[in-house]
Amino acid sequence: MGVGIEVANLNAWYGNNHALQDINLNIPANHATALIGPSGCGKSTFVRCLNRMHETNPVARATGTVRIGDLDIYKDCKPVKVRRRVGMVFQRPNPFPTMSIYDNVCAGLKLNGYDHRQALDEIVEKSLRNSALWDEVKDDLKKKSGASLSGGQQQRLCIARALAVDPEVLLMDEPCSALDPVSTSKIEDLIFQLKPQYTIVIVTHNMQQAARVAEKTGFFLNGRMVEFDTTHKIFTNPSDKRTEDYITGRFG
Amino acid sequence: MREERKLRDRIRALTDGLATALALLATIVVVAPLVAIFAYLVYKGASSLSLDFFIKIPKPVGELGGGMANAILGSAILLAVGSAIGVPVGIGGGIFLAEFGRGTRLANAIRFTADVLNGVPSIVMGIAVYSLIVIPQGHFSAFSGGVALGIMMIPTVCRTAEEMLLMVPNAVREAALALGVPNWRSVLAITVKTASPGIITGCMLAFARVAGETAPLIFTALGNQFWSASLNEPIAALPLQIYIYALSPSDDWHRLAWAGALVLIVLIVAAVSLVRYVASRGVLKGAS
Repeated sequence: MGVGIEVANLNAWYGNNHALQDINLNIPANHATALIGPSGCGKSTFVRCLNRMHETNPVARATGTVRIGDLDIYKDCKPVKVRRRVGMVFQRPNPFPTMSIYDNVCAGLKLNGYDHRQALDEIVEKSLRNSALWDEVKDDLKKKSGASLSGGQQQRLCIARALAVDPEVLLMDEPCSALDPVSTSKIEDLIFQLKPQYTIVIVTHNMQQAARVAEKTGFFLNGRMVEFDTTHKIFTNPSDKRTEDYITGRFG
Repeated sequence: MREERKLRDRIRALTDGLATALALLATIVVVAPLVAIFAYLVYKGASSLSLDFFIKIPKPVGELGGGMANAILGSAILLAVGSAIGVPVGIGGGIFLAEFGRGTRLANAIRFTADVLNGVPSIVMGIAVYSLIVIPQGHFSAFSGGVALGIMMIPTVCRTAEEMLLMVPNAVREAALALGVPNWRSVLAITVKTASPGIITGCMLAFARVAGETAPLIFTALGNQFWSASLNEPIAALPLQIYIYALSPSDDWHRLAWAGALVLIVLIVAAVSLVRYVASRGVLKGAS
């Protein structure tokens, strides 16, 4: 089951660049939340703060509170534990090139010391079914490398890999920006299917996509969150002039 | 207009042909010495090869015949000791430089040292190991020879491992970290594995290079005209044996030296090919 995310006074820096300034928001459990905004506005930095990937950059730093369910991720625990509960899908598909499809899916489990073979088989099948890839790859699971799949298949493989560790939250950082429309629509269908079990946060440049998949939408600009509301309200009757200008295409 | 275009097309075709020819010429220039050396070795050495060469040890001065069996075994032992030192230390250093120490002063110092070590003449390496191991122990030994070869392997292995690890896309590292895999485990199981074909090539380069080294062995392994597989005693090696025989006044020994050079090259190629074959067996369809 998914859990809600509470963010309070989140600030993030890259060196001296203050990339995120005083972000406060509550992301509801078991819904999809979209983050929109022009390039460089801090959307990606924000989602990377939710699983502490932000700090893997040596010059990066973050302060504030992020609660995922009942876990205060910057206070209570180590990054490794956070990332097991918060899965992430990146902009470009990044399967492990030397591993088979099967090993890609169970990499998160195996590398954390889990090696119950029969259980792994079941988890791999379930994860690939959940990411709508099973029928396309079931015959080559251990024969083909993850890198031999098409771009759209690779991205669904990466989703399966993230799902296999059974996270509560799934972060998607522009998951469709490198994909064609057919693959994009497959991934959007997938988001609909996954919503009841996971809390999904999706960064997107495609406003139609945000309108299609998300119940809530947040608009970021220059490192601040300008507006956060139901997707319907953001796209039909935004309260802030800047949001309106952005969604009507007057800038960005 | 049309005339002008025709002329331009012809110039373009000519440039293309010229560039292709130059590339071909460059390839020939690179490959020719290798082919020439190998052909000359076969011409000079093949006739002196016999079963005796592989199963007998050198005959005393004045007697004809004999072989280099002990030198083949000796080279194998020296290279095994050298690889046991050079490969793990080199790969470990490369992993540190690329994954853990990136940008730190220590890493820069190690990288600089490795580059200097790579430039140290091999005879100097022999003398260094002579004073570090042979003198304190009081005798020449296979062990000290292996150490000298191992130290010579380190910089090549280390720097190629670093380069290959740096070529692994950051996206792959991030994918592992985002799954909640601890950093050290991600480095070993993901990054090093992804870079392993290149790292193996680096190890093979270093191996092939030291396999033919004579100078570092003169003060350490010394050479031996008899069977010995002990790490604690002087040991024979193919390059040493070739060196001694080639400088001798005997025609019979000259012929054996040619045969030895041929065998050395063939064995190096065989060893490298074997490692490549074994390493390539696990590679999956479509893996990059």
